Amino acid sequence: MFIKRTIAFAAVAAFSMSAMAWQPSGKVECLAPADPGGGWDFTCRSVGNVMQTLDLVDGTVQTVNMAGAGGGVAYAHTVSKRKNDDKLIVAASTATTTRLAQKQFPGMDASMVKWIGALGADYGIIAVGKDSKYENLNQLMDALKANPRSVKFAGGSARGGWDHLKVLIAAKAAGAEKLPSIPYLSYNNGGEAMTQVVGGQVDAFTGDVSEATGFMESGDLRVLAVLSEERLPGKFGDIPTAREQGIDALGPNWRGFYMPKDTSADAQQYWVKAIDTLYASEEWKAVMKSNGLIPFHPKAGEFEAFVTNQVQEIEDLSREIGLLK
Amino acid sequence: METIGFLMEGFAVALTPYNLMFALFGAFVGTLIGCLPGLGPANGVAILIPLAFTLGLPPETAMILLTSVYAGAMYGGRISSILLNIPGDEPAMMTCLDGYPMAQKGRAADALAISAIASFAGSLIGTIGLIMLAPVLARFALTFGPAEYFALFLLAFATLGGITGKNPMKTVIAATLGIMISTVGIDISTGTQRYTGGVLELYEGIDFILAIVGLFAISELLFFVESRMGKGRSKVEVGKLTLSFKEVVTTIPTQLRGGLLGFVAGVLPGAGASLGSFISYTLEKSVLGKKGRFGEGDIRGVVAPEAGNNGAASGALVPMLTLGVPGSGTTAVLLAMLISLNITPGPLMFTQNADIVWGVIAALLIGNVLLLVLNIPMIGVFVRLLSVPPMYLLPIVTMVAFVGIYSISHSTFDLYFMIVFGVGGFILRKLEIPMVPIILGLLLGPEMEKNLGHALILSDGDWSTLWSSPLAIGLWLVAGLGLVLPTLFGPILRRRMRTAIKEGPVSD
Repeated sequence: MFIKRTIAFAAVAAFSMSAMAWQPSGKVECLAPADPGGGWDFTCRSVGNVMQTLDLVDGTVQTVNMAGAGGGVAYAHTVSKRKNDDKLIVAASTATTTRLAQKQFPGMDASMVKWIGALGADYGIIAVGKDSKYENLNQLMDALKANPRSVKFAGGSARGGWDHLKVLIAAKAAGAEKLPSIPYLSYNNGGEAMTQVVGGQVDAFTGDVSEATGFMESGDLRVLAVLSEERLPGKFGDIPTAREQGIDALGPNWRGFYMPKDTSADAQQYWVKAIDTLYASEEWKAVMKSNGLIPFHPKAGEFEAFVTNQVQEIEDLSREIGLLK
Repeated sequence: METIGFLMEGFAVALTPYNLMFALFGAFVGTLIGCLPGLGPANGVAILIPLAFTLGLPPETAMILLTSVYAGAMYGGRISSILLNIPGDEPAMMTCLDGYPMAQKGRAADALAISAIASFAGSLIGTIGLIMLAPVLARFALTFGPAEYFALFLLAFATLGGITGKNPMKTVIAATLGIMISTVGIDISTGTQRYTGGVLELYEGIDFILAIVGLFAISELLFFVESRMGKGRSKVEVGKLTLSFKEVVTTIPTQLRGGLLGFVAGVLPGAGASLGSFISYTLEKSVLGKKGRFGEGDIRGVVAPEAGNNGAASGALVPMLTLGVPGSGTTAVLLAMLISLNITPGPLMFTQNADIVWGVIAALLIGNVLLLVLNIPMIGVFVRLLSVPPMYLLPIVTMVAFVGIYSISHSTFDLYFMIVFGVGGFILRKLEIPMVPIILGLLLGPEMEKNLGHALILSDGDWSTLWSSPLAIGLWLVAGLGLVLPTLFGPILRRRMRTAIKEGPVSD
């Protein structure tokens, strides 16, 4: 009897020790920190679908929407009420790291969850109207260096938000000083900001490449640079990167996930691996293509470091422009 | 003409069976809401917003439903004016003058039929005006910079009380309340949080759909609970239709004049449908002078205000769709709905969301035909529904409101918040503080603040930029007039409206 029990125990122990042994049983929850219809909601729903087709999970992936505070409500919920739930993943993006860096989730920081991976990105662009005197990013940056108030930017995020930060990242990389004096006009969304740039009221537009497709194709908007490592695939291939113009600025707006902190290492490993498998699949490539997502996927294990780094970078910038004391 | 092309595309959207079904449903419910005394078009649309969310309607269908409700409510207002001498909503006030005397003479059926025809004519004229004017104004709106937008919002606030508004102080209080509520949450021009008190749910600000449903729908329920008005009205006999074709033809000039005047009144900020119907009625009286027997049941006295208020209803959509500045309470509610569907009104909408804009306009035209059909043969149904006790209607409204709001965000916090707004709205209405300026403050306050900030950034802090372009100066002047005129002429106009009403319906 004793021997039997020991063997059983040993078997169970051995089973749980092997890395791939852990698998979520039953229903998995994907928390989208916004209303249905937004980017996070899309991330959860499409990832859930592909995971089910690839049989990465036994049961179903259920998307639960929890809007509020730009993801803060869901973050607080994960940190406090679900801290050891290993069947929960939460959609995140650069908006999440920005708010974490600027301490907009009171009492919480990036180390309170486990970051499991990214699955693609939308890249930042800097653009001007078709009649603008600026032909490339260098001319625009030279004007900024000469007088930081000479170029006015419009974007779809609040001051200090991601669209504003992209301008600052580029200006800093170009060697401009007096970053806080660069005028930034915040609009409710990218479309509204673009109208003002196309209408000639504001000099330059900062946003993501997917937003600008319409005005780019109509020729009303001239994209000076995309803030990616290499030129983007497909129809965006003509846009020069900031790097090839000698300005080392990157602005990926990634889509990815985090999970609660107090979960087992096995569960974490399982989810990191699942995201890897998913990202490599044909099914996910089709989703990315039809939704304008551009490849972006830090290697397994590097994502956590990437997030920490991005948070630090944004924190420094925010401090520099006086948004953080 | 490209407008015709767009309109055809709009018809393609509006004529799908799914959208047509919702247009019909909206027209029916709208008429019903309009004829219930106390429930105006703004309330009607506000009550139906949660339903659109509950059913998970796509944006164009949701907007078609709500505009049909709007058009329907404008039709419905006349029913209780004519039958009971109680206007179903404010714009239908003038219809009492000749409508009720007609009913007393046993011509209720005729009055209802001719007013339905007049509503149709007014609405048709207004919608044609909307089709012609809106694209032009939308293109013009591209030349608006922050300074011009700031002046425009200022104009909207200056004319808020409207020429017929009762107590300017209370309007100011209401608008201020709205602006105060709108400041909660992140301030996009500085990136800092305001008045959130560390409550995470408040960080993104207060959703105005919550505020609207709470202020209009929930407070309505509380009023009902208070009054225990459980019985409903006694049934009114309508009688036989004796309206002759010749009689309809003789009112055509009246219909044209009324519709056109109403449309103009609707486009102008602050005027709205009530003024539209008042002006049309007064004009008709002075044009026809002694020839008519106004106030004693003259058929043209029913036609003029109905054509006027329905023309104004379509007219009020023009500034809302093209500039994002609503001309009336109901269009403010529609604007809130557009924004929460993630559609920014203005010039961009006419190109980027052409299917929605033109689908809605086409739906207005279709809805009018539906309404005419609904309102002549089926008038008996509405009259009967008028006597349905509200105790059956309001619980349904409440249920829909709660389910709808919950289905937007899945947050119980929002439900509590809606109740807070409902109780707040109840108290404010007891104090006779109007609801519409609150909504306008809530919607326009942040826009005005944003544009002021932007104008100053662009001019490097030079305040004179606000009145440096001819367009901006023009807007400032109109805003000034809008502020001064009501205080000068408002009392006179109101007195005339009141005396007109007093000498009009003879209630025995």
